[in-house]
Amino acid sequence: MAVTKVVMPKLSEAMETGKLLRWLKQEGDRISGGDIVAEIETDKADIELEAFGSGILRKVLIAPGATVPVGSLIAIIADPADDLGALGAAAQPGPSAAAAAPASTPPAPAPVAPAAAPALPPLPPPAAAATRGSDGQAPAATAPAPFVAGGPRLKASPLAKKLAQQAGVDLAQVRGTGPGGRIIQRDIQAVAAQSRPAPAAAPGASPAASPVRAVPAIARLAGESEDQPLSPLRAAIARQMVQSKGPVPHFYVTTEIAMERASALREELQALPGAPKVTFTDLIVRASAITLLKHPGVNASLHGEAIRRYRAVHLGLAVALDEGLITPVLRDADQKSVFQIASEARDLVERTRARKLRAQELSGATFTVSNLGMFPVDEFSAIINPPEGAILAVGAIGDKPVVVNGQLAVGRRMRVTLSCDHRVMDGAMAARFLADLKAVLEAPLALLV
Amino acid sequence: MPDRFDVVVVGSGPGGYVSAIRAAQLGRTVAVVEADRAGGICLNWGCIPTKALLRNAEIIQLFQRAAEFGVTVDQLRTDYGPAYRRSRQVADRMAKGVEFLFRKNKITLIAGRGELVGPGTVRVAPVGAGGEAARTLEGRAVILAPGASPKSLPGIAIDGQRVISSDHALRLERLPASIVVIGAGAVGVEFADVFAAYGVRVALVEALPRVLPVEDEESSRLLSRSFAKRGIDVRPGATVQAVTPTGAGVTVELEQEGTTARLEAEQVLMAVGRGANTQGLGLEPLGVAMDRGFIKVSARMETSVPGVYAIGDAAGPPLLAHKASAEGIVAAEALAGQAPGAVNYDAIPSCTYCHPQVASLGLTEAQAKAQGLPVRVGKYAFQANGRAQALGEPEGFVKVVAASETGEIVGVHIVGAEATELIAEFGLGKTLEATVAEVGHTIHAHPTLSEAVMEAALDAMGAAIHL
Repeated sequence: MAVTKVVMPKLSEAMETGKLLRWLKQEGDRISGGDIVAEIETDKADIELEAFGSGILRKVLIAPGATVPVGSLIAIIADPADDLGALGAAAQPGPSAAAAAPASTPPAPAPVAPAAAPALPPLPPPAAAATRGSDGQAPAATAPAPFVAGGPRLKASPLAKKLAQQAGVDLAQVRGTGPGGRIIQRDIQAVAAQSRPAPAAAPGASPAASPVRAVPAIARLAGESEDQPLSPLRAAIARQMVQSKGPVPHFYVTTEIAMERASALREELQALPGAPKVTFTDLIVRASAITLLKHPGVNASLHGEAIRRYRAVHLGLAVALDEGLITPVLRDADQKSVFQIASEARDLVERTRARKLRAQELSGATFTVSNLGMFPVDEFSAIINPPEGAILAVGAIGDKPVVVNGQLAVGRRMRVTLSCDHRVMDGAMAARFLADLKAVLEAPLALLV
Repeated sequence: MPDRFDVVVVGSGPGGYVSAIRAAQLGRTVAVVEADRAGGICLNWGCIPTKALLRNAEIIQLFQRAAEFGVTVDQLRTDYGPAYRRSRQVADRMAKGVEFLFRKNKITLIAGRGELVGPGTVRVAPVGAGGEAARTLEGRAVILAPGASPKSLPGIAIDGQRVISSDHALRLERLPASIVVIGAGAVGVEFADVFAAYGVRVALVEALPRVLPVEDEESSRLLSRSFAKRGIDVRPGATVQAVTPTGAGVTVELEQEGTTARLEAEQVLMAVGRGANTQGLGLEPLGVAMDRGFIKVSARMETSVPGVYAIGDAAGPPLLAHKASAEGIVAAEALAGQAPGAVNYDAIPSCTYCHPQVASLGLTEAQAKAQGLPVRVGKYAFQANGRAQALGEPEGFVKVVAASETGEIVGVHIVGAEATELIAEFGLGKTLEATVAEVGHTIHAHPTLSEAVMEAALDAMGAAIHL
């Protein structure tokens, strides 16, 4: 009995690719000519794919959901005895479509690197959404909504979910190899292993091709671009920030603060017996809290037809994770000493990184401090985290030429920028707040009382 | 009858017959070669008849404590003959069931001993004096499922009279007055249970430091105590020096903690394990690769010779019927061109049907710790379970070993009433990759023994209610 190659049919003049919706026959099933083996989605309609040959459906080469060029080999029907080895090489689509071959992901247990792949580390298996064309559309703009409710239902085992959470792996990025594409333990382990630093040399490079070419310093991945589906966190940030920067009229006020005394104080504090590690952020948080008490108009937000001024100061701390930004809340910062703030903030940051925050620690901030001072950032403007009314963006402390009593000197300076909601406050209010914040940090004993 | 088949299966035990049915379901023509009754050792001379005998043993034990329930039995008399006959009836019914399934799936059952004489060729030699001529079968694929046979200790012959194996023990129509069971694995323990229930004086000898040595230490300890209470002479850590037939029976010389002991008994049951039936299968001439006495197989159950598959006891431990069946399905689907999921060897339950029953899955607490896995142990005693109390079976516990970080089910150990049924919940859990949280948060009917499962899972999270 002959071997029948099943290819992606050209069902209309304009059709260039087809998406396999589902297989109606499974590997091992007997096929007679005329049987419907699969359903194909074209740009116009969903169409049933008829088998032309008879035999056993020996090999299914693409997974449901995959989009492949017209003419690509998608399955093989053959007699059980027929050797399909020779088809291994033929399992490439027609010449015009050769470049797109890796798009077809075989459902077989061990993913085999496509034969045509150059000497590059294998790409992680593409997630379902990655087959979307790289048409230059910003992903943030295309699909924010579906992720709100968790996005398309992800099938993952409880153990896989827990492991993903601990390893910081985004389930939406993982291709499941369990029954029905379920994400299971080994899938997370594989992704976690991949994200570890890879050795520089590419595995499985074809040895004969170019014997003495040096490995390029920076390996470049194949393809023009790669679409990373939005992780739930990224999607939430995208949504939240658009809700802020769009409707909230921001304005920015910047000042420069002399940090010599604050630096000295920090060192003295840290030298105290039993003292926790005190960071500049801790001092800035304490300074902000004290200053906000004096400026309730800044510790405020717009609530419908009213401006709500908060009596307590709950400070949001912007914590950068690889996957995005999270702002845990240090409650009642105005009631806490520098040491209390130092140890609580440290705990919050650590638990944020470990993803062990409780829900109530993620909301309720009245003001946020975002410090990029660990980077060579002179100053920056932050986007307000609604419904808060303001956010303080902190740059790096650096040695700068300053004029003291008419003399040029070297000073340690830090620039901070307050982003304000103009509906809640005005420039003068913000300027007064910054002036007081500056005063507190420049005469920092106030932080201790 | 055509002698060409898509698949030729050698052996009809729980591996062979299941693979044959699965292959037939996938449209293959299948022949099964079997030297004995369909169903292999499991159905005929293993799992099934022993379970029938153990049920008798359980009933006797219930009668012995009938007074607890206010039932007076004036003179309890037990007769082993009917027990034996019942075990044969049960086995016969199961074997007939397999024969029926073969007919239903149009599988050809061929009596005889199969030997591989080429990659797809099996020669069938007739057994006994049936007079049937040898014949040769051609198969596009061959599945070897030859099973295993009882082993003995070096220098000790199993004569079937004084020194018997489980094969002989299941053929006893009357029991000896006394027996020394050598080997306290599942087989030895189950026979010790049956013998003791029928009033046989039983010594249970084990070279390793505890009975059921592959089970969790706590399981072994509890069973040891329970057996000792029933008058079984439990001797762990005892090595057999000699087994000598005497006029009336047999003498077993032991060395235990530096001292020697002599046990006199009517018979010795050798239950020191089973070895793969790989002799006479034609493996060597064909160059089928072996690994420590077992046939080496891939995850698809294929041997080193393409088209030749091996499953069950001959394909390596654990030597369990359900493991053989799982492998049989993988082999049948693999040869039919499907992409079966590999057998999950971490999720194979192990059950011993003694009283109290012992069941387990995964790693023991000690194994988990030896592997350096950070684990939390949850435990719940049947003593605190209402259903167990109502049944009058408060002995035993459920113990869950869970990964500290994720709650992954690493191991489960159950001793007590229906332990062998309760373990299934964890098998499902393991397959679904459920953690102790899912097991603990599943609503279990009250009052059931299965609540102990839930409570042990909760205890592994530090959240048991009734503890």
